[in-house]
Amino acid sequence: MTTTSPFLLETRGLSAWFGNAQAVKPTTLGCAANTVTAIIGPSGCGKSTFLRCLNRLHEEVPGARAQGEVFLENGPVYGPGVDPVAVRRKIGMVFQKPNPFPALSILENTVVGLRLAGVRRKNVLRELAERSLRLAALWDEVKDKLDQPGMSLSGGQQQRLCIARALAVEPRVLLMDEPTSALDPVSTARIEELVTELKKEVTVVIVTHNMQQAARISDRTAFFLLGEVVEFGETSRLFTNPVDPRTERYITGRFG
Amino acid sequence: MTLRFRRPEAHAGDLIFSWVLRGAAMGLPALLFSIAFFLFQRAEPAIAKFGWGFFTGSVWDPVQENFGALPAIYGTIVSSFLALLLAAPLSIGTALLLTEVLPRRLASAVGFLVEMLAAVPSVVYGLWGIFVLVPWLRQSLEPALARNLGWIPLFSGPPYGVGMLAAAIILAIMIAPTITSIAREVFRAIPRQQREAALALGATRWETMRLAVLRSGKAGVFGAAILGLGRALGETMAVTMVIGNRPSISASLLEPAQTLSSVLANEYAEAASDLHLAALVEIGLALFAVTFAVNAFARLFLWRRTLGRSAR
Repeated sequence: MTTTSPFLLETRGLSAWFGNAQAVKPTTLGCAANTVTAIIGPSGCGKSTFLRCLNRLHEEVPGARAQGEVFLENGPVYGPGVDPVAVRRKIGMVFQKPNPFPALSILENTVVGLRLAGVRRKNVLRELAERSLRLAALWDEVKDKLDQPGMSLSGGQQQRLCIARALAVEPRVLLMDEPTSALDPVSTARIEELVTELKKEVTVVIVTHNMQQAARISDRTAFFLLGEVVEFGETSRLFTNPVDPRTERYITGRFG
Repeated sequence: MTLRFRRPEAHAGDLIFSWVLRGAAMGLPALLFSIAFFLFQRAEPAIAKFGWGFFTGSVWDPVQENFGALPAIYGTIVSSFLALLLAAPLSIGTALLLTEVLPRRLASAVGFLVEMLAAVPSVVYGLWGIFVLVPWLRQSLEPALARNLGWIPLFSGPPYGVGMLAAAIILAIMIAPTITSIAREVFRAIPRQQREAALALGATRWETMRLAVLRSGKAGVFGAAILGLGRALGETMAVTMVIGNRPSISASLLEPAQTLSSVLANEYAEAASDLHLAALVEIGLALFAVTFAVNAFARLFLWRRTLGRSAR
């Protein structure tokens, strides 16, 4: 079913399982284009699993499955005839731990997605690499050592390299799964700044366990608890004037 | 008042135990050196008589007491590398299947069977080679090779069945489990995040294997292959049973040949003279040196590239 919705990315009754254990209960929410949506909640509340359903990565885990509907620009993400590979080209992802490919150089890491998509011409790859590295605010730091291994960079730089790698294929959505939890405060601040910048280019969905981070960078926030969305709304409103008492208890630090 | 502790050496039990451990730890390396020393000592008459000519001479004639090991060295190297060439793709493919494709239960069942292949005694492989592989080679594969590719020296000559090709195939089957199980461990050690990074970029299953598994595991797989090579170089029984044992160097893989270990196995019991015996021991010395070097290289390589990294 295809309907016109105001959202760029939308889920309807999306739920997820690991074997027989339900990790995400039916969830319906939407993200408007060029916004940042934060997903917060205590550990094990299903927020990462929810995120990983959006680009169909969840189903790659043995025994895992998802049900319900996800729409990207009104097109189905799940369903017969939808190729998960094509979905993942349009919905990029950045992980908790920076994971550049150890065998590849900085340049090769940046363009690896383009290569997979069939771009072969050296000068084109080079140009798109520069563009993505600039977008990820990494260009000035690496432009003189593009041939060095991606692993030679610091943790924060590696994470920005992973962001550049995801952006290179020009996705519509960028999913970020606790992208700063393995980084120091300075690197974290740089990535937060970057996310606010990237809004112009992509729609961002970011999972974070850091409520201050969600408050600083997101437009809307979803609060997950025990696999379901307790509250979803404008970030400024949710943090100052939560409707649900459980949200209030969580954001004031009384549990979680 | 200060407290006084007894120093650990003061316990007689600890002292004895530590010396026992030291003795055991020193014993094995000492054994290695004593084997090398023994080989040198016993090979001395042949070393004195032939010098480096032993390794370049291609005549092996116990009657005239003229010994040159080149055919055996050639046979060892060619049969082992050919075996590696056949076994490596098979083993890497199997390891990928086990870690990346099959569901976990099935993978452990198949992996178990593959490892059981390594437990089959060498002589049993030899019997299988004589009764199954060699007749098949003689009647089917070798005539076909000679018919279609006979213009290449590699596949010329009459189909004996026994020969270099038979030895290489047997060796390939014997080293495949070794390479498979090490490659499997190497692939398993690659973090899940690497595969997810590839998948999230829109890589297909095959592209994910290539990008996140094969490229990251390249060094480890290379080490696995070299360990397999080390095993092939020293393998004796099965090779002796199917290689044909002829001390000659031929371009054709269909011709009988010999290896360092097959010469030793064949002739040791009936060595005619002291010099013959010394020449055989020198063959053993050459084999010891080659396998030691190859295995040491592979271990160091594997250790530095895979264990060294994951420990960090």
